[in-house]
Amino acid sequence: MTNEYIQQVLSDQFGASVWGFEESFGIFSFNMKPEINMQVLQFLYEDAGLAFQFLTDITAVHYPDRKDEELCVVYHIHNLVANKRIRIRASVPLAQPDIATATTLFSSANWMERETFDFFGVNFIGHPNLVRILNVDEMNYFPMRKEFPMEDPTRTDKDDEMFGR
Amino acid sequence: MGRPVQYNTNERQLTIPEGYSGEGFMATKMDQLVGLGRSHSLWPLPFATSCCGIEFMGTMGSNYDLGRFGAERMGFTPRQCDVLLVAGTISKKLAPVLRQVYLQMAEPRWVVAIGACASSGGIFDSYSVLQGIDQVIPVDVYVPGCPPRPEGIIEGILRVQDLVRAESTRRRNHPRYKELMESYGIE
Repeated sequence: MTNEYIQQVLSDQFGASVWGFEESFGIFSFNMKPEINMQVLQFLYEDAGLAFQFLTDITAVHYPDRKDEELCVVYHIHNLVANKRIRIRASVPLAQPDIATATTLFSSANWMERETFDFFGVNFIGHPNLVRILNVDEMNYFPMRKEFPMEDPTRTDKDDEMFGR
Repeated sequence: MGRPVQYNTNERQLTIPEGYSGEGFMATKMDQLVGLGRSHSLWPLPFATSCCGIEFMGTMGSNYDLGRFGAERMGFTPRQCDVLLVAGTISKKLAPVLRQVYLQMAEPRWVVAIGACASSGGIFDSYSVLQGIDQVIPVDVYVPGCPPRPEGIIEGILRVQDLVRAESTRRRNHPRYKELMESYGIE
């Protein structure tokens, strides 16, 4: 299974809704529109020639400079027979970070989507239990978004002058 | 030039409590007698989460042997223990657990924050880490270091012993102690 073959099959099926095919850091990757994320994953799962049936990871990246597509949801899926892994990106706006859940196709997406919600606030529509998984329940922000400082805001003993800031 | 580690010339002798003594008897205050006894039979509760816990294992081992100071017997239930030794990073999610452990300890109880993380959050100045356990429970002795050497932990225990000897038997009735507990929202 070559990258060109995957690109050809997907382009024939979805047209302009998938774009940006490239190989970076040894993984073939492309973009898709967030509205059709489940159609793409379902197609990659069921197509006999592709058969990407193992979900390796779901995460997100925050790009504060990209207008209306600040949050980039990233799927890593794996074909265990051909030992081939690909990366799919879907960008959603920060104001309304809605995307369909992958739990309907992969049960393992449950905790991964909870983690992505926990740290980035991506709203996975249709998730059975979209609550925080790692952070404390009382936390009222999404710590991995860029607008929140890395350092703990509750700390009072740190004097900026002593740290050269 | 001497050796980097020399034998201790500042020997600390156990002091006899103040009182009136004669041949074959001694009269002293009950507080001091109880304090003396308590200070040499502290039962530690190790709450070890990371590398400071490894140093604490060394402290309990035969090389350093915390048992020499009467803190031989570890209790792994808070209900039996006198000193809570918090060794390691406490995340915000673990803070309620630590507080629950503290609440389960019976009076009199003391707390030692071993290492930079337990004392102040240390290098983990992050959204997920509690910036010092004194945000949730009162702390008696802070041991600096990242991690502290076993000598440091022993020194912390000796400081707790000083506190135990100096405090009244019924510390919990003292108004300042009550005020401290109320500031942490502990009944």
